[in-house]
Amino acid sequence: MVKEIERAGIPVVHMCTVTPISLTVGANRIVPTIAIPHPLGNPALSMEEEKAIRRKLVERALEALTTEVEDQTIFEV
Amino acid sequence: MSFKVVHYINQFFAGIGGEEMAHVPAELRDGLVGPGMALKTAWKGEAEIVKTIVCGDSYFAEHEADAKAQILAWVKEIQPDMFIAGPAFNAGRYGYACATIACAVQDELGIPVLTGMYEENPGADMKNKILIVATANSAAGMRKAAPAMAKLSLKIMKGEPVGASCEEGYMPNGIRRNFFEKEPGAKRAVDMLVKKLAGRPFVTEYPMPVFDRVPPNKAIKDLSKATIALCTSGGIVPKGNPDHIESSSASHYGEYSIAGVDDLTADTFETAHGGYDPVYANEDPDRVLPVDIMREFEREGKIGKLHDLYYATVGNGTSVANAKSFAEEYAQKLLQAGVHAVIMTST
Repeated sequence: MVKEIERAGIPVVHMCTVTPISLTVGANRIVPTIAIPHPLGNPALSMEEEKAIRRKLVERALEALTTEVEDQTIFEV
Repeated sequence: MSFKVVHYINQFFAGIGGEEMAHVPAELRDGLVGPGMALKTAWKGEAEIVKTIVCGDSYFAEHEADAKAQILAWVKEIQPDMFIAGPAFNAGRYGYACATIACAVQDELGIPVLTGMYEENPGADMKNKILIVATANSAAGMRKAAPAMAKLSLKIMKGEPVGASCEEGYMPNGIRRNFFEKEPGAKRAVDMLVKKLAGRPFVTEYPMPVFDRVPPNKAIKDLSKATIALCTSGGIVPKGNPDHIESSSASHYGEYSIAGVDDLTADTFETAHGGYDPVYANEDPDRVLPVDIMREFEREGKIGKLHDLYYATVGNGTSVANAKSFAEEYAQKLLQAGVHAVIMTST
């Protein structure tokens, strides 16, 4: 799906936990996330801590969207 | 004396449980478990599974280095004649785990390996590194897959030459094997042409390589003026799943409004995905689709606007062809709506 969005001309960032799969499907901007059932959260933390982590991850995704890339790039958090 | 085999399977095939148990760490069991029986039957006593390694799919994906180290240590200790993983059919994380661990055993321990999966499984990406038997896309294909894997593995253990992929049933791995065709080339070519003209399926003898990569688009210059849309394959839908998006093998996607929504809650949204433990996403759907944070950024002026609509489907055994057509369609809607960039989340 990321590839079709990219093909349509819209820059897209893929946030996912299993980054090798994201590389296989052809995402160009990739942000690794926390875990498969809760990519943007962590139920072991308090609500505030969890939100802080989510904010950091989404912030990284926005950075990826504002960064020029030539090839598939993983934006480590 | 029969050959010794170590078999790798996931928590589902070991009978431990489905997604709710996908977090279980690797464990070593004596003898065969689950699908090992089908291999044993096909081997007719010439080979046997001495140990079975069971590992949760999420555990492997999330702790790859630890899982790999533990499994390699066990296999090194056992010194089997062969290491077999799966078959994984179309289970993405399982296929990835099978291919990754098989590759590690082969490269680091020098033990022959074999796995099996559906050709669209992401693990099949490693078909040039390890032998992968092509299987159907669901466990219903076990009756065909197990004998094919048993036959090929026995050949390898006996040190017999391995034939061409089309004879042995493994995925083409870029290594050419010579064999004699029954029909001359001219006849085969005309047969193919006749089939093609009649619109019937035919198998080419010289497949063209597929390089389906899309070059990255230009970065966003000014986020504070950009409209950003959220999309997900994690199955986040309004509570009650109004469009009945299937929990696996989704046939469609949903378009949902989040206009005026500040935060996704357990009362208003949920996941329709059947391929991961839904507890955390149902408790707080922002854990998959971060609407709450995007609203904060919108209020702070960091981004121009969060698009009023989001697009969601369930990426669980969903065919590549379906996923492609969903996104082809909604990408046009996003373009028409003037969306500048997309954040896609996956589970």
